[in-house]
Amino acid sequence: MTLAVNTPGLRSHFRPLFDREYCDGCGQCAMECSFNEIRMETRAGRKIPVANGRSCGACHRCALTCPRGAVRIVAEGMALRPHGVWQADAVNRVHLQAASGAVALTGLGADTNVPVYFDRLLFNACQVTNPAIDPQRELMETVTYLGRKVRSRQELDDVSGYHRSLIRLSMPLVFAPMSYGSINLNFQLAMARVARKKGLLWYSGEGGLHRDLYPYSDCVVLQVASGRFGVSREYLQLGRAYQIKIGQGAKPGIGGHLPGEKVLPGISETRMIPLGSDAISPAPQHDIYSIEDLRLLIYAVKEASGYKPVCVKIAAVHNVAAIASGIVRAGADMLYLDGYRGGSGATPAVVRDNVGIPLELALAAVDQRLREERIRHQASIIAAGGIRNSGDVMKAIALGADAVAIGSACLVACGCHVCQRCNSGKCPWGITTNDEKLAARLDPAWAEERLTNLVEGWHHEMQEIMGLNGIYDVGSFRGNRLILRGVGLSERELSVLGIKHAGE
Amino acid sequence: MCGIAGLISQKRIRENGSRIKKGIVLQTDRGNGLGAGYAAYGIYPEFSDLYAIHLMSADQHSLDRAQKFLEEHFFIHAAGEIPVWKQKITDHPLLWRYFVEPRCHHTEHTLRRSADDYTIEKVMELNRIFEHAFVFSSGKNMGVFKGVGTPQEIYDFYGLDNYEGYCWLAHNRFPTNTPGWWGGAHPFNLLSYSIVHNGEISSYGINRRFLEGFGYYCRMQTDSEVVAYLLDLLIRRHALTIEEASLVLAPPYWIAAERLADDSVRDTMLALKIIYESAMLNGPFAILAACTEGLFSITDNTKLRPMTIGRAGDYTYFASEVSALYEMEQGLRTVTTPRAGQPCIVRLEPEELPVDYLEPDYAAKGA
Ligand code: SF4
Ligand code: SF4
Repeated sequence: MTLAVNTPGLRSHFRPLFDREYCDGCGQCAMECSFNEIRMETRAGRKIPVANGRSCGACHRCALTCPRGAVRIVAEGMALRPHGVWQADAVNRVHLQAASGAVALTGLGADTNVPVYFDRLLFNACQVTNPAIDPQRELMETVTYLGRKVRSRQELDDVSGYHRSLIRLSMPLVFAPMSYGSINLNFQLAMARVARKKGLLWYSGEGGLHRDLYPYSDCVVLQVASGRFGVSREYLQLGRAYQIKIGQGAKPGIGGHLPGEKVLPGISETRMIPLGSDAISPAPQHDIYSIEDLRLLIYAVKEASGYKPVCVKIAAVHNVAAIASGIVRAGADMLYLDGYRGGSGATPAVVRDNVGIPLELALAAVDQRLREERIRHQASIIAAGGIRNSGDVMKAIALGADAVAIGSACLVACGCHVCQRCNSGKCPWGITTNDEKLAARLDPAWAEERLTNLVEGWHHEMQEIMGLNGIYDVGSFRGNRLILRGVGLSERELSVLGIKHAGE
Repeated sequence: MCGIAGLISQKRIRENGSRIKKGIVLQTDRGNGLGAGYAAYGIYPEFSDLYAIHLMSADQHSLDRAQKFLEEHFFIHAAGEIPVWKQKITDHPLLWRYFVEPRCHHTEHTLRRSADDYTIEKVMELNRIFEHAFVFSSGKNMGVFKGVGTPQEIYDFYGLDNYEGYCWLAHNRFPTNTPGWWGGAHPFNLLSYSIVHNGEISSYGINRRFLEGFGYYCRMQTDSEVVAYLLDLLIRRHALTIEEASLVLAPPYWIAAERLADDSVRDTMLALKIIYESAMLNGPFAILAACTEGLFSITDNTKLRPMTIGRAGDYTYFASEVSALYEMEQGLRTVTTPRAGQPCIVRLEPEELPVDYLEPDYAAKGA
């Protein structure tokens, strides 16, 4: 049995407050709240909203949709006697589990205060000796090619068409895998359209590819996960590339879980499973118990797909550099590295918050290891897990990533307020839900526009960051760790990151 | 800001350093007295089959150890102190040169590598092991002469009037990012590749990591040395032409490469851009490079550092300033300025074989 962390019945940390002066009792907020926090009551002949104080998760849907701006969400702040160990979250979690005996589920990425190394890294900038380049006036290029490359020109018998054997991105950005089921079709459609329009890639996640999205299959990376949902002969021919999912940053070592009540007609058809049945992905791929087995699967997928590039996705764990080396040697053309803060539609809180290592350290270690073994050119590295802005993107590129994947940032761009209740299936913003009414809240055209804006804004900023470092092509930024300096980091951390401390 | 000068006789007519000196001394204001240097090709004809190793050492102890290292790995055919004339410059490292032949054919595992690979490996090893001694020139029939001082001081110090080469490079340094020290002066050399560089390489961090993946070790504390290593990698080891190597270092923009009309030219360009992404140089630079094939210049895509070229007869002259071209040769026939990113390559005419190298009966017929 599982139970959401913010289950009704316990006291919530948040509460909507209604400004009686502006509220005219229209009832919009009560309709918008998918968690039944608000009900309308008639008092003294006047309709007023009333909060129950138990189920608000601070998604801000009611506040932002109230036509009169009369709703405000406040943090309640439980007045517990201060305690260094037993803080509100810890107390709450025990209460919750004592009441239910269940695994506490949650959504999105880890919300702990494990250091965000991106925040401890700072960029260099040109001064005097080396002129900065102004992206408003000069050409700044971000073209990126993904896939298995050769190490020297001599290795190519024939250069003609070589670039077509790889995947061209207009900028080093891709949309992270989020399955149909964990998110809805509207959202996948928006990502697919933006990927097509902007020359990027989107990933299907493990839920298969809905027929409506077939027109966007030339820029999709289709996933083959442990549940093999939606994997068919046709599926194995459709994609631009394929991804074998071994692990995920939000839940390393465990598989995906889509409860039966979410397996609605479209999803059941696409995943090729009966309506209403639980879609439970095994923890490991049951045909991969060792690295040799992975090699077999990589080549099986290549064979079936006509030798399209194969990407292997792993969660960042302790021994990630050695694992990455094995994966590249097993034949992967891309390595997708999902860090500790990577998101999820549903994951046990204890796993999300306690397992795996931060992306920054994993990425630095993997890039360095592959270089030392002289196989870095054999696979592109895609870094994911907690990327919040273009600064994070460029820091990941400087640490050595070929491209960066964004998932949660896409949700946030389309209204998500990081309430972390994606697992409930009641996302008030219509994103991580397939409830017909809720999903209808997300207009694909609007989502497309928001994602386009996000990508364009970040692209401008990436160019700014390159330009102020005097670099006009992202290729000279990639793996160029001299651009970074650390602040407040130990010798050990600096050495894993392969960077100098600020002031050096 | 730095100053660059170079000259080459395509017919390999040798001359002493007096003209190149004029070209670089005129540009004294482009430096600050913290580094200058010269490279000359064709100066050791009597040892033309041997690697000429120029070594710098801060103290006698390191020199002895470095020398022992060389003896272990090479047959030393001749050795001696590099002659110097101490007038202005009195504080200098110990400077020695050795004419060596690799001992590589003596060890089983080295059979598969060429003598060049072996020599590079040992030069890199020496430079890595010894903190106070390193090799700053290792080509055949050529040499680098450099140090802390003005171009005139360094010229007089090494007595470059006494060397005769058919191709000369000179540099006057204004160090900015890295300290002014003897090893940091230009030219930078590896085997037959020597470069002088004006500018700053913003891509240094990745160029260096890329080179480390091919066994090159950067120790000079300056960005410019990667260029010499990159040329060795691209031209000698990966068999690119000078044109292709120049396009790797200063490639056209993607937008231009993708629009190239000729399919095969475009595909080659895109392949080079993709394979050698980490070898691309970014930042403002003008580079003049020499190798056994000739002399060539490369500039960055936005042309943030100057390079001018003059020709007269069999000679081509390169300099940061037009005035320096005329200082080297008053009767220039043409003076041009390459476009941003456009390489300019001057190849030597094929070497005439000495008579005793000809087939015996052919020589007999001629006689
Ligand atoms: S859960 Fe969201 S919609 Fe409901 S009251 Fe809280 S903020 Fe408003
Ligand atoms: S996607 Fe929806 S449910 Fe998930 S955190 Fe965002 S707003 Fe909350």
